[in-house]
Amino acid sequence: MIEVAEMLKVFQEHRGDAIVVPGQAGRHWTTISTRPELDVPLIPYPAMGGGASFAFGLALAQPERKVVLFDSEGALVMYLGILATIAEQQPGNLYHFLLDNECYATTGGQPVPNAKATRYDALARDVGYASTFAFDRLEGFATSIGRILSAPAPAFVALKVRPEIQNVPVAERKGWATRTREQVRDDLQKALGISGGR
Amino acid sequence: MSQSGSTGLSANTILAQITKNGVTHVVWLPDSETNWLYVLMKAEPSLRLVPVSNEALAFSAAAGLSFGGRVPLILIQNTGMMDSGNSLRGWAIDLSIPVVLMVGYRGWTRHGVTRDSAAVYTERFLNAFGINYYLVESDADAGRISLAIDEARRTARPVATLIADEYHGFNR
Repeated sequence: MIEVAEMLKVFQEHRGDAIVVPGQAGRHWTTISTRPELDVPLIPYPAMGGGASFAFGLALAQPERKVVLFDSEGALVMYLGILATIAEQQPGNLYHFLLDNECYATTGGQPVPNAKATRYDALARDVGYASTFAFDRLEGFATSIGRILSAPAPAFVALKVRPEIQNVPVAERKGWATRTREQVRDDLQKALGISGGR
Repeated sequence: MSQSGSTGLSANTILAQITKNGVTHVVWLPDSETNWLYVLMKAEPSLRLVPVSNEALAFSAAAGLSFGGRVPLILIQNTGMMDSGNSLRGWAIDLSIPVVLMVGYRGWTRHGVTRDSAAVYTERFLNAFGINYYLVESDADAGRISLAIDEARRTARPVATLIADEYHGFNR
């Protein structure tokens, strides 16, 4: 199992000017990222299961720039059909990382359906992603990250990660958002040179 | 599409409304009134069609497109819209996405009793979410599509157009 924070530190060294949609990994990423203007942490989270299609839309909108998504398996299985849409549309700039901790960590750690057996990289490969990878140890990931980010996209990277289970009432949890969602959008659009978008 | 073009809603008319307002991407899941529109949209070089497998995904994909500076339009049926309430709330309303929902109004009728519950609950659903909407029954209503797009931009909110021409519609 991979520690999410350690994995993100490795990724940060190779991030370049990619747009990053951190999902639940945002709690670590906000303290690791050196390009917050290109990060899209959306807190409170809009609706579970939409992260992949959001990042996919962003990738279509900005085809000249890499878009990196840190998705989670509980969210992906809600709307697995997004894999087919991504495979069909073939956004050549979308790097879809899946943080698979085999459970619903934010609700106390209950298992995701078929948690131990589903091979998400195989699903992505068979549906038509251009590249797929799978890692369960940080060492393998660290030696491959350069190759991953130069591989044909859409690329899918399945990572078995250690669960970080939250088991206290939501109101008692420590928040990690440093910007409002409106600030996140405005910072991103300014960094991308988008004017009059709204 | 009406054969006479005088009483029905033409796919060409809808496409003209979409393109003249700068829509760049149509995120959609086909329904029974979009065959002709599909053929025309596929042939329109200024549009990219983005198919989704579940209407809920349309709202998050549109949000991503909007964050990235594009102008999405969502083309779905009322059934799928009602199936997607949480995505509509979280990805479109809460993120202030200026997007028009072009909604196939399954079951709508101006005459007699509305028997299809898909139609019975459509406007109630939109009212529950505070989404303004415009009924589009014929070419004479087509200007309402531009009104909706303009309103979505001005208010940074989703606005719906209800395409109420299903049973004698685009499949002809």
